[in-house]
Amino acid sequence: MENGVVISTDKLVRKFKVGRTELVALKEVSLEFRRGEFAGLVGPSGSGKTTLLNIIGTLDAPSSGTAVVLGERVESLSPVRAASLRSRHIGFIFQTFNLLPVYTAYENVEFPLLLLGMSQSERRKKVTDALEWVGLADRANSRPTQLSGGESQRVAIARAVVKRPELVLADEPTANLDAENSHKILQTMVSLNHDLGTTFLFSTHDEKVIRYLRRKISLIDGRVANDEVRSPNSD
Amino acid sequence: MLTFLAKGLLRDRSRSLFPLLTVAIGVTLVVFMDSYLRGATDAMFAATASFVCGHVRVATRAYAKAGADATNELALLGVDSILGELKRDFPDVTWTLRTRFGGLVDVPDSMGETRVQSPAAGMAIDLSPESPERKILRLEQSLASGHLPSAPGEVLLSDDFARRLDVKPGDKLTLVSSTMNGSMATYNFTLSGTVRFGVSAMDRGAVLADINDIQQALDMPDAADAVFGFLPVAGYDDRLASRLAARFNSGRDTTDRYAPVMETMRLASGLGSMFDLIGAATGLIVSIFIVAMAVVLWNAGLMGSLRRYGEVGVRLAIGESKPAVYRSLLAESFLIGLAGSVLGTLAGLGLGYYLQEVGIDISGMMPNATVVIDDVLRARVTPVSVYIGFVPGLLATFVGAAISGLGVFKRQTAMLAKELGS
Repeated sequence: MENGVVISTDKLVRKFKVGRTELVALKEVSLEFRRGEFAGLVGPSGSGKTTLLNIIGTLDAPSSGTAVVLGERVESLSPVRAASLRSRHIGFIFQTFNLLPVYTAYENVEFPLLLLGMSQSERRKKVTDALEWVGLADRANSRPTQLSGGESQRVAIARAVVKRPELVLADEPTANLDAENSHKILQTMVSLNHDLGTTFLFSTHDEKVIRYLRRKISLIDGRVANDEVRSPNSD
Repeated sequence: MLTFLAKGLLRDRSRSLFPLLTVAIGVTLVVFMDSYLRGATDAMFAATASFVCGHVRVATRAYAKAGADATNELALLGVDSILGELKRDFPDVTWTLRTRFGGLVDVPDSMGETRVQSPAAGMAIDLSPESPERKILRLEQSLASGHLPSAPGEVLLSDDFARRLDVKPGDKLTLVSSTMNGSMATYNFTLSGTVRFGVSAMDRGAVLADINDIQQALDMPDAADAVFGFLPVAGYDDRLASRLAARFNSGRDTTDRYAPVMETMRLASGLGSMFDLIGAATGLIVSIFIVAMAVVLWNAGLMGSLRRYGEVGVRLAIGESKPAVYRSLLAESFLIGLAGSVLGTLAGLGLGYYLQEVGIDISGMMPNATVVIDDVLRARVTPVSVYIGFVPGLLATFVGAAISGLGVFKRQTAMLAKELGS
């Protein structure tokens, strides 16, 4: 990762076949993201935000062009290697929280560490820290059904950052939250970005999120229409 | 990770309790059905052997060919010599003489005139104190009143028959029948006791007389209908019986209709097809249970996969590999299958053992039955009962999960963000 670049894409193209029609979701997208960025892919539905996020998250591979994530070329990663990269270095936050319903908040946050084979004492410390970062240390033993939407999303954030990933990808993380909870969630992510140096990349069209971004990349019809470095709350 | 999976299993009843109960109930039914059918078949074999033909039977070719219509005129002659030969050549087998007879039982009043008469079917056996028949027919356990014959001329009646004739031990009876040569025969007996076999066909109207008395009464010196052989094994071993019969029959005259021939119970009872049918039905019933259980569990696995679609998606997105997710699904199914199969086997064995020891009295269901079968149906628990449900229970769960879990590999990770975001 030269010069702190954690993600770089070069003439990235992603095509999908829909029946007999070929849909081009990304058209020669070339971008670079450095360590510690708090950036967002912004655009209307169908603009290619989630597709780009999928490729950066090693959940999908490009049709042509290159994507290098944390030093790994996504297009040549095997599924097992891609899973390993995700489990070690990438955290995900989804729109609908997706907590495992039968486990407590503590156990949900602990799960990524189990995949890494960490010892119990190490896990306990990291999970406790993560829950404290998101202000939910006192709800560790609550099940997802006992948590509010905002609390659930904060548990999801703790789960994403507990392994101290270099990169957190958040797909519409505030779409199911009210303004107050959205604000709290975003402040939590800003402080984690600041304290841990984690790179955050959002896919969103939520104005509440956009206000917090320090870099806003607008996608229209699969192309980068605008790439703007900005001060938060500049809109 | 195993602890984590176990926690999930214990907390999510739809993925633990329902499959566990399905496996346990299925395995219980398979184990119980198997032991019940074995017990029922055994009871039929045992009753048929005791009262109809032994495990093997030596009779004349003509008697064997006549089957149920055979009469005393087709009896085997020189039975003492044949019995000696059988005891010498097959010392492990218990050999006894048997003769069936029919006629009228006449009960006189105090003046010696007929008080009551009734047709009767009789069986002549060795009633001496050292006779193996006492054990084979469980005579001591079956004695309802009086005592077993201890002197010539003493006879036993089935208890129901004795009540109908209104006779008691010590009363005189006259058997009116025909000799093996077709002449009329009468013979006086003293009723020594009454018996209840728990076999409806026998209990309705049977006379048990000593073979020596009947040889004398029916003019059958050194003759008997047949020699019954009882194998030294539990249940009935058709292969062993066939080997014995082949050895006995080897080199014997096949043209003389009065020459002795040995037949297995399968042939002599005329129930060969029924034996096959029972065997096939047992296998079929157990197979149906196993297949039904496998289908239910496979379906449960598919339902579980659908219900856990989101969970699997999150795990894949977080970085668990598809093979790892698949392995965890198999591990869960193995735990469920193991627990369910152990519980089911224990429950099935418990039920089977209870039925083996206590039994079900079915005499009330067949008051006029002519089938020679014990009135109390019992199960028989065998070593096979331990694994006949356990192995399919475990396999059905595991294979069900293995097939339904393949869906994990078809999951497109590129769609995860869309699926998890909706």
